[in-house]
This record gives sequence, structure tokens and C-alpha cells, in this order.
Amino acid sequence: MATQAPNPYLDAHGAPLYHLAEEPHHPEGSSTSLGFWMYLMSDCLIFACLFATYAVLSGSFAAGPGPRDLFDLNLVAINTAMLLFSSITYGFAMLASAKGRGGATIGWLGVTGLFGAAFLGIELYEFAHLIHEGATPMRSGFLSAFFALVGTHGLHVTFGLIWLIVLMVQVGMKGLIPANMRRLMCLSMFWHFLDVIWIGVFTFVYLMGMLR
Amino acid sequence: MSAHQDTYAEHHHDETHDHGSYGSYMIGFALSVILTAIPFWLVMSEVLAPRTTGFIIVGFAAVQIVVHMIFFLHMNTRSEGGWTFMALIFTLVLVVITLAGSMWVMHHLNTNMMPHGDAGMVHDMSQMP
Repeated sequence: MATQAPNPYLDAHGAPLYHLAEEPHHPEGSSTSLGFWMYLMSDCLIFACLFATYAVLSGSFAAGPGPRDLFDLNLVAINTAMLLFSSITYGFAMLASAKGRGGATIGWLGVTGLFGAAFLGIELYEFAHLIHEGATPMRSGFLSAFFALVGTHGLHVTFGLIWLIVLMVQVGMKGLIPANMRRLMCLSMFWHFLDVIWIGVFTFVYLMGMLR
Repeated sequence: MSAHQDTYAEHHHDETHDHGSYGSYMIGFALSVILTAIPFWLVMSEVLAPRTTGFIIVGFAAVQIVVHMIFFLHMNTRSEGGWTFMALIFTLVLVVITLAGSMWVMHHLNTNMMPHGDAGMVHDMSQMP
């Protein structure tokens, strides 16, 4: 008890201090994961708004095509598998980095990137196919909401991929230094978060759409 | 005094994030595959009534989100002194308000809308005496 450091939030007499003379020292990066989590939660609210928009507009076809005419569930299943595989391979990259194996980390990040690129490629193919058929975002409220929601998710994956490539270069140049470990953890949260959002997309947009 | 001191020390201690293990990642992956495959199969094979299928796949999605949170995002009530969990609960409350509120209000707005010469509305008016 005698060796305990003095509590920075109490004065010498044990009364609480409301204005600290000196801020308690935080090691660099100690608050990054909490801060990044706050960002993800705010991103979650963006998606909540887009999901709400889709829920409101999903029946507004304006006599245009509906989900049953447009969606190909086989393609969506493949897409879902790609994202799920990329999640587990990112997990392997995190395990490799925890063991201090830089080469394996970069390798698994590369595999993750390939799965992510495959997901994006399939999604862009789907969008191109829809637009070619005349099912553009301008066609109906349903299609506007669909492209806004799924497109925003796709944009997130695109930026995740760019971040992933940058991180591979950073790990290659500097190794698994604390700063890179922190970045790996942040991208890990981002990547798995996007997979969580995709669960909502394939369930509410694609599967529920086919049930209409 | 010591209670306050403990939480302060804990906050500093908690930097070493839980990275999970090979086993926990594989459990999460296996569960996700099962929880994804069953809804897709239910919808593609159309074995059940659409309404029943809808309830089941929403249930599966909710379970899969929790699985991802625990096994991939390593969510727990202790990390960062419980603040990540608090933020998550707060976000969930806002998400529920956003979704339920939008659908509730807009549904009533649609129902009470004046007929507009819309395709759907023309159909409704034909039902009128």
C-alpha cells in the first residue's frame, strides 16, 4: 500500500481534484483502439440511416423491376463467401503478427486483399449488369436506396483495400513495430466491422428481397 | 480511494488487446459458415412459407452478428474499462430508434397520403364505392 503511486485525481488530503494541475500521462497510442471503436460506432449510425432509408423505400418500385427480377442469389452467395474468407484470413494475419512473424503477416494480408478484391469485382459486375438492364439508381426509389446502401458498403471495402495495401508496404518497410501493430489492429476492427454490415445487407436486402 | 486508483491502473493495463487464438477464429468461422449457409438455403430452396423464412433468417442474422462481435471483433465487457461495450450499447439504442422510428413514421405517412394519381393510388381508388 505504501508503494502505491499517488492518485492523480485526489489531492494530498484525499479530496477529489476537479481541475488537474497536470494531465495524467497516457502512453502514445494507448487510446487509439477506443477512439477507432468510436469511429466505427459512428459509421454504424451512417449504415443505420441507409438501412432505414432502404426499409422505407424498398417497396417503391415506380412500376420498375423489383428484387426478384434483378438479384442473382448465387452471385450474392459467392460474394458473401469471399467476404467471410477474407475475414478469417485477416484473423490469421493478426495471429501471425502476434507471433512476430512479419512475412507471414504480409502474406495473409495479401490473401485477404485478394478475397476483398474478388468481392469488389463481383459487386461491380453486379452493378454493371443492373445498370446495363436499365435498373439504374434513377429508375425507382427502391433502386436509389439499394445503390446508396450497397454502394456505401462497397466504398468502405474499397478504402479498406487501399489501407490494406498501404499497411502491407508499412509492415514490409518497418516490420512489426508498435505503431504497425496498432494499425493492424485498427484495420482488423474495420474489416470485421464491414463483414458485420454485410450480414445485414445480404439478409435484409437480398434474402428478404427475394421473399417479397 | 483505492477503488478509484484501481480503475485508473486497469485503464493503463488494458492496452494489450485480446487478439484471440487460432481456435477461437476457427470456431467463429465455422459458426459463420453455418449461420450464412442455412438462410441462403432456406430462401433458395423455398421449403418454408416466406413469412416463416423471413423470421428465421432475421434470427440467424442477429446470431451471426453476435458471433462476429465475439470471435472476430473480440468484443467483451471488460476491454478499455468497459467503454467499448458502453459505446456499443449506446449505438445499438440509436440504431433501433433510427430504424424503428423511420419505418413507423414513414409507414403512417404513406398510409395517410392523399391519392396522387400514382399507379398504386389509382388502383386503391378503384376499390372505392
